[in-house]
Amino acid sequence: MSGRVAITGMGIISSIGTSVEESFNALIHNKPGITAIENIQTIHANAIKVGEIKKTNTEMEQELGLDADNNYSRTAMLGVLAAKQAVQNAGINNINEYNTGIISATSVGGMDMTEKFFYDYFDKEESRKYIDSHDAGDSTHKIAEQLGLKGMVTTISTACSSAANAIMLGARLIKAGKLDRVIVGGTDALSKFTINGFKTLMILSDTYNTPFDNNRKGLNLGEAAAFLVLESDEVVKKQNKKVLAYLSGYGNANDAYHQTASSENGEGAYLAMEKAFKVSGLKPQDIDYINAHGTATPNNDLSEGRALIRTFGTNVPHFSSTKPFTGHTLAAAAAIEAVFSVLALQHNKVFPNLNYKTKMEEFDLVPQTVLMEKEINHVLSNSFGFGGNCSTLLFSKS
Amino acid sequence: MEALKQELKEKIITILNLEDIQPADINDNDALFGDGLGLDSIDALELIVMLDKDYGIKLSDPKEGRAIFQSIETMAAYITENRTK
Amino acid sequence: MTGKQYISGYCSIENNTVKLNGQEIFNVPDAAFAEFAKQLYRDMETDYPKFFKMDNLSKLSFLAAELLLKDGDNENTALLFANASSSLDTDVKFNDSISDKDNYFPSPAVFVYTLPNICLGEISIKHKLYTENSFFIFDTFNPEFFANYAAVLLNTDKAAKVLCGWVEFLNDEYRAFVYLVSVNGTIEHTPQNIQTLYLS
Repeated sequence: MSGRVAITGMGIISSIGTSVEESFNALIHNKPGITAIENIQTIHANAIKVGEIKKTNTEMEQELGLDADNNYSRTAMLGVLAAKQAVQNAGINNINEYNTGIISATSVGGMDMTEKFFYDYFDKEESRKYIDSHDAGDSTHKIAEQLGLKGMVTTISTACSSAANAIMLGARLIKAGKLDRVIVGGTDALSKFTINGFKTLMILSDTYNTPFDNNRKGLNLGEAAAFLVLESDEVVKKQNKKVLAYLSGYGNANDAYHQTASSENGEGAYLAMEKAFKVSGLKPQDIDYINAHGTATPNNDLSEGRALIRTFGTNVPHFSSTKPFTGHTLAAAAAIEAVFSVLALQHNKVFPNLNYKTKMEEFDLVPQTVLMEKEINHVLSNSFGFGGNCSTLLFSKS
Repeated sequence: MEALKQELKEKIITILNLEDIQPADINDNDALFGDGLGLDSIDALELIVMLDKDYGIKLSDPKEGRAIFQSIETMAAYITENRTK
Repeated sequence: MTGKQYISGYCSIENNTVKLNGQEIFNVPDAAFAEFAKQLYRDMETDYPKFFKMDNLSKLSFLAAELLLKDGDNENTALLFANASSSLDTDVKFNDSISDKDNYFPSPAVFVYTLPNICLGEISIKHKLYTENSFFIFDTFNPEFFANYAAVLLNTDKAAKVLCGWVEFLNDEYRAFVYLVSVNGTIEHTPQNIQTLYLS
């Protein structure tokens, strides 16, 4: 039941890049991916900005070499692109050589296709193929199929902390000896469904999102997919694998406060961080960088800030939210931020919290607003979701 | 105004699924949020949709709702003043 | 570290019938789910008005959890739930509301429930559970997964008990099978036993 969990591969696609390298370049050169929406027709087009991947579904179908009669949703295609990169990055040639599983997170599943064709189901034969792809588990099965993976396939859906929970479950299954290797992460495409939904909750900004700023107006939605390859110590040793970083801790707690809002004192977030420290054996003072959830909604940033103060006292480490770069990518958020956390460790960089101007009136927390170089040995990454689901991951230098 | 207040009480009960409450249980000046009827932030968002749908009033900032939704009295006054349908 | 786990209580809700530990305890013939759920809620004498604001999946999960948790000490009880159709029942309702351009008034209270794990939030709020909770999607009921993951949670001291649930709701077809796992009890928490109780 012990042993370390190594990260040996990563893959990512988001509005700031279609590879790990492109994403890193965007992060260090202040190049955010927030724009007007192009791929979806919506009545809110002029009122919102999004972190959209500028690839049409047709372009992705071609890139993946899919048949004309495929029924891949956008969510599934993004997931396949990112997962393939991760497997390649880990130098895996035979995916079934070890007992390998996949755990993927999604919140919208195939909703993008379902909504497009919903009213065509009854009269258009060619639209019916998408009915099967609505199932939230479908995107994970498609990714597994594309990877040729025969092992355990699991889909997790706990809103915006989903990918963190996928990573946590993967680590536990490795530690418990149930798997040797696991591909973990998440994928979510933009859809009318989520745009309209978040609009009804009145938490979408009409401009660029500004985490931890006193005048923050809400979030920008984004789309992304990212996957990590986690491997046991044994597999790493046997193959003399290069380790990118270690997943050293994880914790999940429920805020038990409200269906969507976070509690005033950030109880769930505080407990998730506490649990992650316990698993890792690390202490708050060991953390060199925090990749915050920082969605830029009035409620999240206040609650998360209070939880950070409860956890770190007056010595809150350098922290930033990378959501001004990517938008909030929902079920994929914790996965892309896991990739950013590993990049921070590898390159000793604190990524900037863009768009920040004014300190919040409730406390003295100021995020890191420009790229910073410093030795980074341990990174903490937070992800919180509706339903009170709060998760924390800890990453450590290899 | 009295008719509007009665209408609002009935609507609030239906829209917000207040199963065990009758219109007569709600006094015009009772607090709707917090200790009063115990409504929460999602209920406030539903009331914002209702203002738009039934009375043609659009709010763009949920904070505006706080003053308007204090009580049946304040809601009725605001709707009377601003309704477009 | 790797002791055995046991099922200390289980219940099922389907076809307007509630069974607790194998015994039928409640039934409402010929009622739609909303009416059945209301009568069951009243029968349990639970005072929780927010129940009536929940969507179908949350009502179903809440009632099943209530049957197993209402008289117990639930501190440090983790929630491990799964189903096949996620929150599709409510997703379709919300999708309908944004598809009509001439009558475009989507409901925030409906959108809130378009995530399956909201039902876990509802249970956590009611029982003050600040514990670990997660929701999984599988094609079919997956007893091996429940057996494995509950064992990991209990063996690593992440929880003292785990409330496991398979909760499915789609187009007024529904089924809940929920049970409590801990280190005490008589029915061992094995895939075979879980499957037997699920089918009973």
